Amino acid sequence: MNRTNTKNDVDRDDLAIEASGLVKKFGEKRAVDGIDLKVRRGTVYGFLGPNGAGKTTTIRMLATLLKIDSGSAKILGHDLVQETEAVRSRISLTGQFASVDEDLTGLENLIFIARLLGCSRRQAKERANDLLNAFGLEEAAKTQVKKYSGGMKRRIDIAASIVITPDILFLDEPTTGLDPRSRNQVWDIVRALVKHGTTVLLTTQYLDEADQLADRIAVIDKGKIIAEGTSGQLKASIGSGRLHVRLLNPDLRPQAQQILADELNTSIQLLSDPTALSALVSNADRVAYALGELARSNITVTDFSLGQPSLDEVFLTLTERQTDSEGKTQEVQS
Amino acid sequence: MTNPSLQEQIHTDTENRSNNHSTDDSLDQVITNYIPHSRANGIKTSLTFAWRALLKIKYVPEQLMDATIFPIMFLLMFTYLFGGAIAGSTSDYLQFLLPGILVQTIVTITMYTGIELNNDIRKGIFDRFRSLPIWRPSVLVGALLVDTVRYSLAASIMIGLGLVLGFRPDGGFLGVLIAMALLLIFAFSLSWIWTTLGMIMRTEKALMGVSMMVMFPLTFVSNVFVDPETLPPWLQTVVEVNPISLVVTGIRGSMHGFVTLEDISWVLLWSAIIIVIFAPLTMYLYQKKK
Repeated sequence: MNRTNTKNDVDRDDLAIEASGLVKKFGEKRAVDGIDLKVRRGTVYGFLGPNGAGKTTTIRMLATLLKIDSGSAKILGHDLVQETEAVRSRISLTGQFASVDEDLTGLENLIFIARLLGCSRRQAKERANDLLNAFGLEEAAKTQVKKYSGGMKRRIDIAASIVITPDILFLDEPTTGLDPRSRNQVWDIVRALVKHGTTVLLTTQYLDEADQLADRIAVIDKGKIIAEGTSGQLKASIGSGRLHVRLLNPDLRPQAQQILADELNTSIQLLSDPTALSALVSNADRVAYALGELARSNITVTDFSLGQPSLDEVFLTLTERQTDSEGKTQEVQS
Repeated sequence: MTNPSLQEQIHTDTENRSNNHSTDDSLDQVITNYIPHSRANGIKTSLTFAWRALLKIKYVPEQLMDATIFPIMFLLMFTYLFGGAIAGSTSDYLQFLLPGILVQTIVTITMYTGIELNNDIRKGIFDRFRSLPIWRPSVLVGALLVDTVRYSLAASIMIGLGLVLGFRPDGGFLGVLIAMALLLIFAFSLSWIWTTLGMIMRTEKALMGVSMMVMFPLTFVSNVFVDPETLPPWLQTVVEVNPISLVVTGIRGSMHGFVTLEDISWVLLWSAIIIVIFAPLTMYLYQKKK
């Protein structure tokens, strides 16, 4: 990705999506609990979070499918609530489950959508065939979608979303359940769309996917954005890396834990392997001293590694922090 | 410094990538192509939805069973089972029964509208419809249009079979046409009740259950099968206020040429009442569906 990083203060006209204080309640539960969002035009924005974090709810609100309980949002300058029609004509949505008619063929589905969008019969047919070719589905054109493989279903689904190339495309977990090859095909489609100026907002549970595609990532948990930035920024925010250490003698692990904790000034995790320890390190310089200290105490280290944190680690660390701080606020309240 | 070689590597990677993907060009093209289009009006989108429903019949012809086999089965069963006992002869009974059982059959198959809709809602495709810039009721109007075709088919089959079995409408061709028109209007309005329930009920089975619970007593405790004069007085009262009885009276009258303006008005009034209540209710539920 050779796009330059975004600045924090961006020109308002440059924003595809601008939302503030979005809230959605389902009964007592606040599924989305005050989300602010700024998405620049022509970029990919990733929502990363576990099941039930509020990703889908947020996307459904922005795609005009769910009423927002409070907050406001502008989609390409159009107010989400006041100018619903205008918003709908600029966006397209590919939901988590196949949003095409599985009883119909791929060709019929695309013609159907094209006709609904106001294409003439001839145009609709032409467009449908072009899309099927571009998405590698020409051979399945006359097959019912229910007989498609998972990857083909996903592609016809996205094809249906770009019958008229939208300015904003919402993709809800576009690659969940796909094999690596199909996943790459979907990624290629997303990249091609972005290259031509479409803004893509996608949700994913896969850190790898967010890392690969998204210019900026928002980590969502329990209806709130708990971190936001480029994948590099997110990784940097939790320290310079993770240290893994393995000992020769598992009996010495408690002692090693104490030494590392003192030296690195951070909490040390004991892994399920009885000889292994790991820690997030904010300052890589200290690692050498810490390992030296282990050697001086006659604790033999069989191997160690220090790597950039994966987004997995970023995510787990961030959600843990969130739980901690929530526990504290609850204590204060009671 | 390793930076330049790293960049070179990334560069060649990107090149390889585009070489490996033969579809890249057509993908680019299909994305940049501007498709001239203008916003489709409500009629066009409704007809497009109707086209989709017709296509579905092509792939799942079994779904026409309710509009073809059911009517034949019902008509034969009731004519020959009850004919002798109720009217002394099957052909006499047929004159009385056919208009009634026609209403019962059509009314029963209206509930499939709700089932179809309920099926759609639970699939992702509904989200797409709702995020399209189209006249929202067209989804339902299109489906109901095709249903009206199904009702006509069922009614034609029944009347045709009836004629073969000896049904002789005194109202003539015109009377039968008026009866058909009244029946279709009533069936169209009734469909909106099922679309409303289709929005509310969580599963297809639950919807079936509720529909049966409503339709079974409503069609049997009416003048479909027997003359209400033979019933105990309290039951007669129930039968008289039952809208199904009113519709049957209108249609029976039209077919045999003794319909009054009052009978016709009752059918139209009931149809109007149902539409006025349930069409907006369906649309309201449709808009706020999660």
